[in-house]
Amino acid sequence: MQLEIQRPGEYSMRAKNAHAHNDDRESTSTTVFGFWIYLMTDAMLFATIFVTYAVVFTNTAGGAGPGELFELPFVSVETALLLVSSTTFGFSMITARAENKAATLAWLGITFALGAGFLAMELHEFGGMIAEGHGPDRSAFLSGFFTLVGTHGLHVASGLVWIVVMAVQVTAHGFSETIMRRMMCLSLFWHFLDVVWICVFSIVYLLGVILNV
Amino acid sequence: MFGKLTLDAIPFHEPIIMAAGAMIVLGGLAVAALLTVTHRWKWLWTEYLTSVDHKKIGIMYIVLALVMLLRGFADAAMMRTQQAVAVGPEQGFFPPHHYDQVFTAHGVIMILFVAMPFLVGLMNIVVPLQIGARDVALPFLNSLSFWLTAAGMLLTNMSLVIGEFAKTGWVAYPPLSELQFSPDVGVDYYIWALQISGLGTLLTGVNFFVTILRMRAPGMGYMNLPIFTWTALCTNTLIIVAFPILTVTLALLGLDRYLGMHFFTNDLGGNAMMYVNLFWAWGHPEVYILVLPAFGVFSEVTATFSEKRLFGYRYMVWALIAITVLSFIVWLHHFFTMGSGANVNAFFGISTMVIAIPTGVKVFNWLFTMYRGRVHFTPPMLWTIGFIITFSIGGMTGVLLSMPGADFVLHNSLFLVAHFHNVLIGGALFGYFAGLNYWFPKAFGFKLNERLGRWSFWCWLVGFYIAFMPLYILGFMGMTRRLQHYDNPEWQIYLIVAAAGAAVIAVGIGLMILQLFVSIRDRDLNRDYTGDPWNGRTLEWSVASPPPFYNFAQVPHVHGIDTWASMKAAGETVRVPDHYEDIHMPRNTAVGLVMGGFTLVLGFALVWHIWWMAGVGLLGAVAALIVRAMDDDTHYTVPAETVARIAKHQNLMAERG
Repeated sequence: MQLEIQRPGEYSMRAKNAHAHNDDRESTSTTVFGFWIYLMTDAMLFATIFVTYAVVFTNTAGGAGPGELFELPFVSVETALLLVSSTTFGFSMITARAENKAATLAWLGITFALGAGFLAMELHEFGGMIAEGHGPDRSAFLSGFFTLVGTHGLHVASGLVWIVVMAVQVTAHGFSETIMRRMMCLSLFWHFLDVVWICVFSIVYLLGVILNV
Repeated sequence: MFGKLTLDAIPFHEPIIMAAGAMIVLGGLAVAALLTVTHRWKWLWTEYLTSVDHKKIGIMYIVLALVMLLRGFADAAMMRTQQAVAVGPEQGFFPPHHYDQVFTAHGVIMILFVAMPFLVGLMNIVVPLQIGARDVALPFLNSLSFWLTAAGMLLTNMSLVIGEFAKTGWVAYPPLSELQFSPDVGVDYYIWALQISGLGTLLTGVNFFVTILRMRAPGMGYMNLPIFTWTALCTNTLIIVAFPILTVTLALLGLDRYLGMHFFTNDLGGNAMMYVNLFWAWGHPEVYILVLPAFGVFSEVTATFSEKRLFGYRYMVWALIAITVLSFIVWLHHFFTMGSGANVNAFFGISTMVIAIPTGVKVFNWLFTMYRGRVHFTPPMLWTIGFIITFSIGGMTGVLLSMPGADFVLHNSLFLVAHFHNVLIGGALFGYFAGLNYWFPKAFGFKLNERLGRWSFWCWLVGFYIAFMPLYILGFMGMTRRLQHYDNPEWQIYLIVAAAGAAVIAVGIGLMILQLFVSIRDRDLNRDYTGDPWNGRTLEWSVASPPPFYNFAQVPHVHGIDTWASMKAAGETVRVPDHYEDIHMPRNTAVGLVMGGFTLVLGFALVWHIWWMAGVGLLGAVAALIVRAMDDDTHYTVPAETVARIAKHQNLMAERG
């Protein structure tokens, strides 16, 4: 964590004078630290939804349970898309540090495409379940499932909007201190969504199929 | 086109509501007229509404809290009046559906729109000054937090005249708060008002946590932090951990109501007790969020007005940390009657009693700080002494309630109501009032009138005891809370006494308003030119009153606790630094205000199912945020010469004073 916070200082070389340079570096490390804290509140938010899911996940009210509903191969592909998108975002950070605009935009584009693919698959899964009568209003278990997975999906969707805004900013302003600070925050956000998804995949899908309630 | 909203939503047939609504409108018009006559609109816009200065934002928070205190107290007065008369054949002034809204609004407003903005306002004004910082870590976010709080507050008050508020009590337990039993918009108002203001509070928590961790002046280690800042740190830690739980809880209730889900419903696997658990997993830490900063105020006030350093600073800090941690493992004591079994109840009963230990440590710290000190009985000190006695009584009734056996008898009785008012008024609110009197000269440059301050205190204190002690007795007599009407004539005399107590408190509030009015009118008689009117001990008193917008021309170096006191003792109080430097400051911005406005539109639209308007609100808020992100010109530099000129002027004023 310490490393992450200090690193933004590396690309503040273009600051006009030493004083402003110091100020910018100070504010970057403070902002990134603040974003870490925000992510911790988001972690609390997901933790609460996980707990709720744990309480209701056996309450299928005579409807279908996890074993019946989840298709692991499909979800595995979905998972792969998101995990790979974390790697590609990593590449966009590396190329941004090298101040290579074209490559950064390309990697951001690929990340966006992977994220959008993940979201499309999730929506497809949701659509299928609802069409077959397993919508969120069918049972407490399904309410919990749609809410937990959907909250993560909403986060991914906001991440996609952020990637677009970021790409526009990189195009317009290049790699100023401010832009790099925002790239750093977006990077943390995107990796954080990966971590949450790993929990969703393990606890909701894998455990759901294993326990097969 | 307008969802569920029709003209029928405005209760023209309810004279009390229409009169209240008319008063709000007239009051608003009067303020607007005053601003127009005095040509103050532009001043209001640049100095306050678009300001990102933590001191200005703090003042706005406290103004919001004081205005809402009037509304919350009006609700309280109506309830006391109703219960004083509604016995036997008498039905009083309020039909049940209206009375239920009054007690719900009273709870929501007092906790979320009086106590929360009051303490956040005090933190805003004081914390950056105490730690030697020029602003909070994220000034724009601070402005956004305020406007989200204001949006939530406005939404709550709109429910008074457009539709209705929740009839569920401030906790909004399902299944009562589910669509099946509350099909009207009241609970939706409740959900969205709390979500919006809760988001503002969460952002405040992040902001101040980062500020205290990252913006301290050189030399200020954690064991040198002024004690109020320590309480702010603990409170913000609690906010960061607890408020996401509230967000989720209300979101799940909202999903039940809007999308027909089954988290807390009676059917299809829902579990209403899960809501109750989640609500208090936020709600109990929330109690400490409210009271810890008040403890901080008392600690500062006691040390300053006893002319001694705080007794047992380290114990105080560890007691704070202990309370912060313990506050997360006591939530179940709010519903021992859930029936979770003897072992679970015993655990939560004992953990609740354990909290009394660090709290007791604090009480002794304050007492020993006063012991052999030169105690000055100024209004802040009076509030503190009133607090120590009142809060101790409230704490003891709390320990009584922490025994599951006793709780089964007293659960949801007026004994409980008396207990939590005893700790929230005698603990939190008295602390905020002490803080208001203590830091007012810092924020505005003149002191509040002390005589009126003392009268106001005595009315509040005496009124409090008259209003709430009878409720303890009524609890033992079996009277439950939230009764619009009762049949037992024996209760009435106690309720009449309680109503009289509320009247005495009303006088106290009136005197507070008079105190503000007289102090502003006579401000030239009470100017504080020194910046240190109370002979204070911490860094906020080392700068002028009001401080310049950049707070410190030169960032101070800190050695030990009570830096300003030791600087004064060493004769190092000259405020002229050897050289001045350029200062980097954030620019004003209206984006926070605009985002708050769009969020209010979003909340209103969601309450009434006006989906296109909700889209407008959401898109507007997001667009404003993106516009802000595209703006790189958010800071400016104050040249060293300007800093020098301001500092020289203020030193001149100090000498003249």
